[in-house]
Amino acid sequence: MPEQMTGAEMVIEALIDNGVEHIFGYPGGAALPIYDAMFQQDKVQHILVRHEQGAGHMAEGYARSTGKVGVVLVTSGPGVTNVVTPLTDALGDSIPIIVISAQVSTTLIGTDAFQECDTVGITRSCTKHNYLVKSVNDLARVLHEAFHIASSGRPGPVLVDIPKDVQFAMGTYLGIDEVGPSRHKSYHPATAGDASAIEMAVDLMMRAERPIFYTGGGVINSGPAASERLRELADLTGFPVTSTLMGLGAFPGSSPQWMGMLGMHGTYEANMAMHDCDLMINIGARFDDRITGRIDAFSPGSTKIHVDVDPSSINKNVRIDLPVVGDCGLVLAEMVRVWRSRTNQPRTEAIAPWWKQIAGWRAKNSLGFKNSDTVIKPQHAIRRLYEATRGREVFITTEVGQHQMWAAQHFHFDQPNHWMTSGGLGTMGYGLPAAVGVQVAHPDALVIDIAGEASVQMTMQELSTAMQYRLPIKVFILNNERMGMVRQWQDLLHGGRYAHSYSESLPDFVKLAEAMGAKGIKCDDPAKLDAAIAEMLDHDGPVLFDCLVERHENCLPMIPSGKPHNEMILPDFEEDIGSIIDAKGRQLV
Amino acid sequence: MNAHLLPTGSPYFSVPDTQKPERHTLSVLVDNEPGILARVVGLFSARGYNIDSLTVSETEHEKGLSRITVVTVATPKVLTQIKLQLERLVPVHRVHDLTSEGKSLERELALIKVAGSGEPRAEALRLADAFRAQIVDATTESFVFEVTGKPSKIDSFISLMVPLGLVEVVRTGLAAIARGPEGM
Repeated sequence: MPEQMTGAEMVIEALIDNGVEHIFGYPGGAALPIYDAMFQQDKVQHILVRHEQGAGHMAEGYARSTGKVGVVLVTSGPGVTNVVTPLTDALGDSIPIIVISAQVSTTLIGTDAFQECDTVGITRSCTKHNYLVKSVNDLARVLHEAFHIASSGRPGPVLVDIPKDVQFAMGTYLGIDEVGPSRHKSYHPATAGDASAIEMAVDLMMRAERPIFYTGGGVINSGPAASERLRELADLTGFPVTSTLMGLGAFPGSSPQWMGMLGMHGTYEANMAMHDCDLMINIGARFDDRITGRIDAFSPGSTKIHVDVDPSSINKNVRIDLPVVGDCGLVLAEMVRVWRSRTNQPRTEAIAPWWKQIAGWRAKNSLGFKNSDTVIKPQHAIRRLYEATRGREVFITTEVGQHQMWAAQHFHFDQPNHWMTSGGLGTMGYGLPAAVGVQVAHPDALVIDIAGEASVQMTMQELSTAMQYRLPIKVFILNNERMGMVRQWQDLLHGGRYAHSYSESLPDFVKLAEAMGAKGIKCDDPAKLDAAIAEMLDHDGPVLFDCLVERHENCLPMIPSGKPHNEMILPDFEEDIGSIIDAKGRQLV
Repeated sequence: MNAHLLPTGSPYFSVPDTQKPERHTLSVLVDNEPGILARVVGLFSARGYNIDSLTVSETEHEKGLSRITVVTVATPKVLTQIKLQLERLVPVHRVHDLTSEGKSLERELALIKVAGSGEPRAEALRLADAFRAQIVDATTESFVFEVTGKPSKIDSFISLMVPLGLVEVVRTGLAAIARGPEGM
């Protein structure tokens, strides 16, 4: 039954109709009517952030840990420009979020009004789609369509810009089923893959002697069923599985078929297997440059199958022999069915030599490091954190840099949707607000942001948000008093000239935590680390853990830029790291 | 095995980009809505694709559809990406590569202003007749010609007008359609 209401009330109604329980936002002049409508209901809980960037990353963490759409509400002008970074981040990592932004009244648009900006212009290239709603009677349809577009196909961010007079105007609200077919008849995301292509893929898999599954964020985005099917297919085939940074958790880190992450800081065995395989089965990954290394030397001898819901990902960076355009979960389920219809045996014998070769690479122990009694090694800190949290439901978020890669290498994930990190865009400052978003969605779970002391300072005001809503996030800072990854690259590429990559005038993180009402813990002694971690986990409330670690530890193994997969730097490397990359490689970054 | 220990010289195959750029005409069917042109043009600039010519106009009012004809120069690999990236845009219905999908008609319209008197003026009139150009404005010392045809025909007409007092030219850009009974 269509109802008359204001545009502002429609926003709330559409949120409720689309199953939204939490929204992250910050009020301002143009958004006040929506805030007023929000105030008069209790179905959607609003989380007041400290900066709109925080709201965007919270929505990303919320979305990634639940599979639901994360929703942000901001005002016009600076409210919108502050959310550009999370929008771009969500586009890069295909995270479904919706940003509802207020705009000055339609009569003021184009007059350079107070807090006016060209929102749809600014956000056009960092959203999957965006809208400026100029009539209240379009509003319900646009909002429902925004949820559909954000969450279907290859998910992504959608922005809906609503002028203040449209928020005040009375109009007819239509529910999801009442709006009729989508305005955009042009939008047809792929679903099931082509059946004959899947048959051919299974044919190739049944003949492969050196196969590998290379999986990505697409498996996570497709939903938990996709991860189940991946596990089933890996069981059926007996093939090794590696994953990108974004795909961690889709396949259990405890499985003997798990090769570890691949790519620039991936394991030796994963990268060597990618290089030497005869059949690469890419499920929901996109041949990012951090994965491929030197593209003309990428996996030279393999036949490549690529399953992706986005046709433009296929043949973009790497030539594909067999594309399968479709949702990862549906394609995996079909692959499982076809494999089962042909055989009930894994290819154990046929690929035994391949596993033997893999065992040789594994023996290199590429994630090894020299531990110390006097100083905490960052890898050791993450391994202790992992051991201390085993058996509990734990969600990990990260910032960006060395600590992120060490977390990906040394923390192991057995479930999808438990690992939240900024992969494509590489946004420092992502982790703390993302942890807040995850904790909102999972109030009783353990949520840890593995952070660096430089990244965390970009968005740490959101600790105050965590305090306000009693969200007991744990921020585990690997403090090396350096922007460690920048410092490492300056050693690799710029003769060890550390231009602005050291953290001076660092705050006292313990006092800072206490000033915000949180708990601060500091630890610099390997002998006291376990007790300090236990203290952090036992505290019922937000904790800022300042873990002082070895300052010049390099994040290894590493594929240097301009090198192929089988020319990795391993941890046993003891010479001048600056001599590895030649002038040509330096151009590549 | 560490990188610095490896012998120089690469045992790996490499694929130099041997593809040559080609000129292709794309026909893009889109919802006629605010910002659609900006989305298409923004995609070309953001991803470093070329635009040689661009025309856009509503073609089916009842369905709210516009057709964009864009001429681009790119390698076959990039052309495929352009097509797929355009199709990712929510308001884009279909993209057809008219150049690679068989025979198509290409037409352009130009308005050409020529000023002069005496023999050059008479010569301009004779040439206009030969090119089937229409006179759409005339004064005692100038003409505006309207000429329609393939871009190459318009190019040659314009170059002939240069010594005869060419003042200015405006061109519509290319409109293109596939030959034969099928629609897009």
